[in-house]
This record gives sequence, structure tokens and C-alpha cells, in this order.
Amino acid sequence: MKGILGKDLLGLEQLTAEQINVVLDTATPLKEISLRQIKKVPTLRGMTIVNLFFEASTRTRISFEFAEKRLSADTVNVASTGSSVSKGETLVDTARNLEAMKIDMVVIRHPASGAAQFLAERIESNVINAGDGMHEHPTQGLLDLLTLRDRFGDLKGRRICIVGDVLHSRVARSNIWGLTKLGAEVAVCGPRSLLPNAIEEMGVKVFQRIEEAIEWAEALNILRLQLERMEAGYIPSQREYNRVFGVTRERLERAPRELLILHPGPMNRGVEIDSDVADGPHSVILDQVTNGVAIRMAVLYLLSGGRPEQAIVAKAGVV
Amino acid sequence: MSAANMRDLLLKGGRVVDPSQGLDAVGDVLLRNGKIEACGGALGTPDGAEVMDCSGLVVSPGMIDVHVHLREPGREDVETIKTGAHSAAAGGFTGVCAMPNTKPVTDNQATVGFVKRQGEAAGYARVYPYGAISLGQKGETLAELGEMVGAGAVAFSDDGRPVESAHLMRTALEYARTFNVPVAEHCEDMSLARGGSMNEGVMSARLGLKGIPAEAEEIYVIRDILLAKRTGGHIHMCHLSTRGSVELVRWGKERGIHVTAEVCSHHISLTEDEVEGYNTNAKMNPPLRTQSDIDALQEGLADGTIDLLVTDHAPHHYDEKEREFADAPNGIVGLETALGVNCTWLLKTGVLTMTQLVNAMSCLPAKVFHLPGGTLSAGSLGDVTVFDPVREWTVNAADFKSKGRNTPYGGRKLFGQARATVVGGHVVYRAPS
Repeated sequence: MKGILGKDLLGLEQLTAEQINVVLDTATPLKEISLRQIKKVPTLRGMTIVNLFFEASTRTRISFEFAEKRLSADTVNVASTGSSVSKGETLVDTARNLEAMKIDMVVIRHPASGAAQFLAERIESNVINAGDGMHEHPTQGLLDLLTLRDRFGDLKGRRICIVGDVLHSRVARSNIWGLTKLGAEVAVCGPRSLLPNAIEEMGVKVFQRIEEAIEWAEALNILRLQLERMEAGYIPSQREYNRVFGVTRERLERAPRELLILHPGPMNRGVEIDSDVADGPHSVILDQVTNGVAIRMAVLYLLSGGRPEQAIVAKAGVV
Repeated sequence: MSAANMRDLLLKGGRVVDPSQGLDAVGDVLLRNGKIEACGGALGTPDGAEVMDCSGLVVSPGMIDVHVHLREPGREDVETIKTGAHSAAAGGFTGVCAMPNTKPVTDNQATVGFVKRQGEAAGYARVYPYGAISLGQKGETLAELGEMVGAGAVAFSDDGRPVESAHLMRTALEYARTFNVPVAEHCEDMSLARGGSMNEGVMSARLGLKGIPAEAEEIYVIRDILLAKRTGGHIHMCHLSTRGSVELVRWGKERGIHVTAEVCSHHISLTEDEVEGYNTNAKMNPPLRTQSDIDALQEGLADGTIDLLVTDHAPHHYDEKEREFADAPNGIVGLETALGVNCTWLLKTGVLTMTQLVNAMSCLPAKVFHLPGGTLSAGSLGDVTVFDPVREWTVNAADFKSKGRNTPYGGRKLFGQARATVVGGHVVYRAPS
């Protein structure tokens, strides 16, 4: 079935501003479902969704699962360990076998960039990219956009800075595409060794120093610094990272305005973000998590062929 | 078939292009007993001779590709010397140099002899073995280069990986001087390139793939030029892909250093944009680069900085390419598309003249690698390529003689195609009409 998003959601690069806004508009009324006593509507009843996770994930997998269950889909979780994947089965064989069991959608998380597209081109089911390597994590990008839009209204001209390991971050790429399409001004800030060499060509500003980024921005989206980056020699130490690039209360207090603080999680408190920032009054980190479920419900609904104007009806269970 | 009882072959009325003799004129080429008997002008038809009408076609000395991977011994499931040599013949090549990254590595006289014999038994294009520079291509111990030359090795390389030790490369360059054979380098600084699967640039940033910077290649190009300067040895640069590499080779040649260089057909025709959509048939090492690099490589060919056109023919199993991009192997099959690609991107565009093209695909490979052939002069090897430089055709991988189907040119229109390939006076390939 093909809805307004097409067959698959592989990344925000391929979406138009209009399509992105439709997802955000669809998600907004669906938020209410999660606030009910009985958090379930029959919208996707009878649909089978496979959550195919080739990489460890807690937040994203649970968020998808809640979204699926609250829309009454039947779900199966497949992790790379304990399945035929760990016995050396190729991605394409895994996918074909799943499809032979007659499923409707696959949510895939995979360490290789392009894995979601690879799968999407080879099976008929809808494919949702839940993070592919260093490429994209579109539902994370969408939930970040929704969180920003909830606070700012229109994002046009708003100044958002993505801070940290942009080089290895799929969240950063989805944010860059999504934000620029909605007309925001986007910057990145981090050690040059963790920024792609050609990052300016993606239409973003670059700040060498976090102080300059804080002075410029209206919101910071702070990326997780992964321990492996130190081992691979991209930066000297976590300690120095925090000293030079950490988002601290002292640095934020010197800003000319109050900044909205986002983080896709899981956080390294005391490394890329200090606890009093993460837990401070301008942090919307938990709003992001809440919005994540609504965004994923919206994506599932739209990919299943649901019409955006009927989302409000859908949540009542009529469609 | 012994050469003595062979029927004469008259290639009649073609445009005979032989830069080795400064020849470019309509005429005939007569082959007798496996050799060129006469060349140029209207020669008349000897009694009993087979006559091939070559009107409208180019008749050139046999083309030689000095950089192919034929996978035997070790990966006969993806290519054998026979299927590879057949593929070469179908692409208009009368000779190929087979890289030694086989399993086991071609690093000793027995394996070199095996490759040579398999090539002779195949009976298509001639197969000239490469030997490895180091034992097992491990970059540690110099292999027995002299023994391998005795068994038929024509050059040395650890292609597929660089010789990381500058000392070992220096030694190889010095030692190989005795045997007058080139030492060919796969230029890649692994500390910069490791884990990379495409060119480093905006495309790799977008796709979230680790990039291989141009400098990974260029650092080795200049290192090896300097080592050739120090040793007086002959360094040959495999598959150059960047603008900087062309400039560095030009620098070396200007100083009289014995450096030669090759470029692959895909690197003068396709950019990194081919990777879009994670197309594993556009994954090779060195990776496809940018239009600026293509421009520089084409200029380098035109001004002689780059000597040779090659394919880096690298067949892979369908399953190996049918997977996640970063995990797919490097390389494409090239033998059956190279002539068409070169005619389309170099000849049709006017980047090279016909003489320059034939020089880069035939005369210079023979000269640089000290191989027989590369000329139609009387008495030389009866290896000839007959091709149509403008014929339009569409690439269909299913038609390849190679076992490999991994090509980025599938479905594309090319202009220029081999029509017949003659090796030692035998027609080993004739294109379907």
C-alpha cells in the first residue's frame, strides 16, 4: 500500500517539506492516545510488523513497539543475536524469509549505512529505517522536529546547532535534512576530527568553539559521544572533550538568550552534557521521548496508507 | 595448432593505426605463421588466405591490459584464467597481465608457471603473470623475484594492498633492476583508508559511509617516486584516481625519474555520484572520485603523464556484491566494456586522438612492461585488434564471457566495440554481427 510518504521511510533527505509537515501534523493529535487510560486504538488491527534489530537499541525499539501496539498491530521482535542472522544468514535472505511469512512492515535498525534502502528495494513490505549505520535515523529526526515545533511554532529562520560527533551520527544527518527543509538555519559544532570534511557543502554553518555556537543558537541538539571514538583516536579523552565541548550551565549562563536543550539519548552525563543542563528548565529531552511514540505512530499510520486528514478519526478507531 | 601449417589471414581494407610505425592509413595487414607478414597498402590476397573485410573498422596492434584479476588459483567460482582470457579476447585484448593476489598468492615460480600454463591452455588472450613483491603479499619478506622472472613473471606487485614498508619497496625497486621488470604499487595509506568504502567528500558525508581521502593515494605516489629517484628502479603506479596523483607523476617525469602510470577506464568516465543508492557495482578501490579528478586524469593521458589505460578487471560473485555497501567487495568487471568506455569518453569527446588511444591501450603497455607485441611491423607477433570506434551498443552483463556480472555500465549505451581479436594469427574472438 502506498500513502503520502510512498512505500518506505528511509531518510529525511528524500522527503519534501510538505511530507515532513504532514507527519508532524499527523503525530500531534495521536499524542493524546498515549495519555488515555486504555492506550489502544484499532487502526492497524490485523497488520503484522517485524522489528528487525541488528544493533542494540533500547529506546528506539521500545518506542516503535509501543507505537505499534497502541495502534493494535501484531509485532514480532527479531534481534541479531539468537536468530539465523548470528548463523551467518545474509540480510537479503533474512528479509525474504520474513516476507514469505506474509508480513506488512519491517522496522530495521542496522550497523551498515544503506541497509534500510537495500532491504526496501528487495521486499514488498513497507520498510521503516530505525537507524542505518552513520546514514540516517529519520524517526529521530522527525521527533526532534516535532519537539522544536511544539516550542517554537514555525521553524523558519530558527537557529539550531547540532553539537558533537556529527561524523558518525545518523541523528545529525536526519536533523540537518529535516531542519533545512523546514527553513531553519542549521549549524554544527564539535572537534573538526568528528565533523565530516565536506560538511559545509551540506548547507550548514560550522562553529569551531562551543561558546560561539551557544552565542548564536536558539536550540542545541547535543549528540552522544561514543566511547569507541576515543579508542579510534578521534579525540584524546572524555575529560578534555567535556572541558572544550561540553554543554555546561556556566557556558549556557553566558548566552544572550535561553537555549532549548535536546539530546537523542542515551546521555553521557558529565561528558557531552552536564547533569544540571540535562535536568534543567530548558531541557526538552523527555518531551523528545514522548513525541517519539507519536511520531512513530504517525509514520506507521501514513505508510499503511492512512490519510493524514483522517488521523483524528483514526485515533478514535473508526478507520 | 602449430604455427607452421596455419592458413594466412588477410585483414583487408581497414584503417590501420599503428603508432609504433607512425601509421594511420587505410590498408591491409597480412598474418602468416602466427606473425605479421606485411602491413599497410593493398597487399593482394595470397592463395588460400582467409580474408576478413575490415572496411570501416580500425586495425591496430593487439591491445594489452596490464592490470586484471583472473582469480585462479583460488576463486575459480568467480573467474578462471580461461573465462578471464576469453573475456579479454571479447573485449579486444590480445594480452593481459594477471595480478598475483590469488589463493595461494602468486609469489613463487611454481604458481607463476601455473598461471602461464593455464593461460596458454586457454587459447584466448595471452596471459602474462605478475609475481608478488612480498611473500604472501604480507609486506614483510621479499619474494624470489628472480626465480619468478625465470618462470615467466613480467612484473611485480602486491596489488590489492600497498607495500607499507618503505624499506621493502626500496629493496624491491633496487633488486628488480637486475631483471629489468617494473615494480607496480597499489598506492593506499591504510592508516587513512582503512574502513573506507568510497571517495571522501560530500557524497560520503551524505551517505554516512567512511571516505577514502585522495591523500591516501597521493602520499604513496610521492613516496614511491622518491624511492625510484633514490634507487633508479622502475616504479609503475597502478590505477591512479586523483588529480594530485597526476600532478605528482608529472613532477617525477619532469625530473627524469623512472615512473610510469596507468588509469582505469572507470576512473576516466564515472564519478562518485554512481554510489548514490548504495550501488555496490560502483564500489571499487581506489574509489570513483570527482569530475575534477576525471578532468585531470584525462589531461594526464593526453599529455603522456599517464602512460596506460587498464581495467583492473575484478570479477566477484553475485552474492558478494548483493549486500550492505560497506561489506561488499571492491571491483568491477572491465575487460568487455573498456574499449567502448574509452572510445566513448576519450575518443568521441576528442580528449585523445586515435593514435593516442591505440598507444595507451597497445603500444605503451607492451613497451612499459617489455612484452612482445604492441606493433604491426613485419616479423612481429601476430596479435591484432579489429574494432569499430563508433559502433553504438548497449551493455548487457548477461552477455559477458567473464563469469562476473558486476558492472556499473549495465544498460548504458557505449560507442566503440571490438569486432575481432587475433592472437598469434588465430582469430580468437569474432563479434556477433
